[in-house]
Amino acid sequence: MNCRSEVLEVSVEGRQVEEAMLAVLHTVLLHRSTGKFHYKKEGTYSIGTVGTQDVDCDFIDFTYVRVSSDELDRALRKVVGEFKDALRNSGGDGLGQMSLEFYQKKKSRWPFSDECIPWEVWTVKVHVVALATEQERQICREKVGEKLCEKVINIVEVMNRHEYLPKMPMQSEVDNVFDTGLRDVQPYLYKISFQITDALGTSVTTTMRRLIKDTLAL
Amino acid sequence: METDINSQDRKDLDKFIKFFALKTVQVIVQARLGEKICTRSSSSPTGSDWFNLAIKDIPEVTHEAKKALAGQLPAIGRSMCVEISLKTSEGDSMELEIWCLEMNEKCDKEIKISYTVYNRLSLLLKSLLAITRVTPAYRLSRKQGHEYVILYRIYFGEVQLNGLGEGFQTVRVGTVGTPMGTITLSCAYRINLAFMSTRTTGEDTGVTYPSVEDSQEVCTTSFSTSPPSQCVFTVTKAHFQTPTPVVTDTLRVPMAGLAFSHQLSSSRLSYQPAALGVGSADLAYPVVFAAGLNTTHPHQLMVPGKEGGVPLAPNQPAHGAQADQERLATYTPSDGAHCAATPSSEDTETVSNSSEGRASPHDVLETIFARKVGAFVNKPINQVTLTSLDIPFAMFAPKNLELEDADPMVNPPDSPDTESPLQGSLHSDGSSGGSSGNTHDDFVMIDFKPAFSKDDILPMDLGTFYREFQNPPQLSSLSIDIGAQSMAEDLDSLPEKLAVHEKNVREFDAFVETLQ
Repeated sequence: MNCRSEVLEVSVEGRQVEEAMLAVLHTVLLHRSTGKFHYKKEGTYSIGTVGTQDVDCDFIDFTYVRVSSDELDRALRKVVGEFKDALRNSGGDGLGQMSLEFYQKKKSRWPFSDECIPWEVWTVKVHVVALATEQERQICREKVGEKLCEKVINIVEVMNRHEYLPKMPMQSEVDNVFDTGLRDVQPYLYKISFQITDALGTSVTTTMRRLIKDTLAL
Repeated sequence: METDINSQDRKDLDKFIKFFALKTVQVIVQARLGEKICTRSSSSPTGSDWFNLAIKDIPEVTHEAKKALAGQLPAIGRSMCVEISLKTSEGDSMELEIWCLEMNEKCDKEIKISYTVYNRLSLLLKSLLAITRVTPAYRLSRKQGHEYVILYRIYFGEVQLNGLGEGFQTVRVGTVGTPMGTITLSCAYRINLAFMSTRTTGEDTGVTYPSVEDSQEVCTTSFSTSPPSQCVFTVTKAHFQTPTPVVTDTLRVPMAGLAFSHQLSSSRLSYQPAALGVGSADLAYPVVFAAGLNTTHPHQLMVPGKEGGVPLAPNQPAHGAQADQERLATYTPSDGAHCAATPSSEDTETVSNSSEGRASPHDVLETIFARKVGAFVNKPINQVTLTSLDIPFAMFAPKNLELEDADPMVNPPDSPDTESPLQGSLHSDGSSGGSSGNTHDDFVMIDFKPAFSKDDILPMDLGTFYREFQNPPQLSSLSIDIGAQSMAEDLDSLPEKLAVHEKNVREFDAFVETLQ
């Protein structure tokens, strides 16, 4: 099975990096999260309810929808914050990218560790610009808002192609497909990583952050 | 088209489509209320959350949607449409968006109803949640208030896109294939925001809706993880009555106040009550709900305003006048001209220039409606204020000429007898100089009511300040009188000082010798 890969690019001002990344990541995860599964004895299961909430951006004229899960929001904010700091400290041209990868675990026999097979990867490339005047910043607010609207439309278009999704697992295998560690929602297993690149596109700093909440991680 | 779908699957599919249509309408209308929406996740299924999503049901909206559907379902050639329009306080309205739920003939016979179709409909609702925040009407709806409101209308049948103006754009939210056809959800939205004056004759009979006590079907769905051949699917139905509607915080509309949004800054409108629909699906309903009020009584928030003026809240008439002054003040710095000029009754449309030159959906938000309202022309009080601000005190000047003789500032009292000729000469200059600084006092203010002051609370406080500010007292150090006085004193004291110094001449000599 081939991994589906989607790439989005945004140009933002430094203070807009966090909100732009959160908007994109939350929009993707909104579509890739379900309610908590509750398995019953006869092999059937029921699904919990996913709530949603609107988030207004402070530095961008934009509002996005995320799932109502503070745990998930905190996890995303943590990694986006690290990305923002890395971008700022890189001192380069302000180029970087974040990758949100959805994967499945495949059990391997001992002594080999479980395989992580990605089935969808979203890459967001960020270019940080520096603006001099307040008027430019105001225009940037609006322009970045429009760009994010286009990105949301792109994401929705991909989601509604109804391409490969992992099969609904049996109870024993649910942790190979979903992240069951959150209290209120159940996203597909995902990991987020980021890279800071210089103008030539080569990787100057590669920082991998694993956000696997699965207790089986080795 | 005949398919192999069995009757149970057909029933389930019809039910799914029906509730999907109702939830679609809820999502769209709630996204145009002007408030942020927030619902909670629940790990335990409650049984009433269709498609595993927490979407609240506003009873009136459900009622209107059911009335529009009239027992039918979206089918080929019969689409369910939600029209979102904007209506200004003057009665002009404009269609902003049409959301269409359609069915086409492309069938997917292999798809599983109870599982795949249901999950894909759930995904489509999530996409709808995201897309409704992204079209231009969302930002407009977040800023609705006194100047305009957002209305919705649900109709069933042929899609009517004529009201969207030229060059409208379309965004597809998504599709779900079913054995009966492919469900498509899309939105056509207006690009050209040039105002079309389509005044509606306002039948302002505030419609009261009966509280909707409807039976609501409940779906509890269990999914099996067994192979398809042994698929077990149980659906239980329960009937219960919806409780009395309670307005939650998310439905409250913030009062926009009197501030202008930058997009509509030239339209200062006298507001008239919004025309409410009369219970027919053909009329639009305001999507504005008052805080704390029962949602079974939707109504307008605004009240009739003064003609050519500012809308007043019913219990604060003073604020109306106050608001006029405030509005005046906001235009003074931007105009750079005197307040007397009628502030910005611009009748040109301005379009912000996108630097990229591409027509993106949000460029047109800068287009300002063409409204011409001559503000304040019917207000003699403000005219008086304007004039008085224009040339300070000028209009009172002719009245007070006869009082000049009695004005002590113009004719100062006689100076006291001079003690020395030198002093006298110096004083005489002072008296004439003194009066020169008081030319402003030729005008005595009578009944002066300056702008921005509230006479009822602190009478003439601002007026007093104005007067003092215009007629400041002379600085004592710059006054010639005092300067003349001190010089005279110095001259008088000179002989005494000389005498003292002569006594100490030997000390001075000794001091000089030490320096050499």
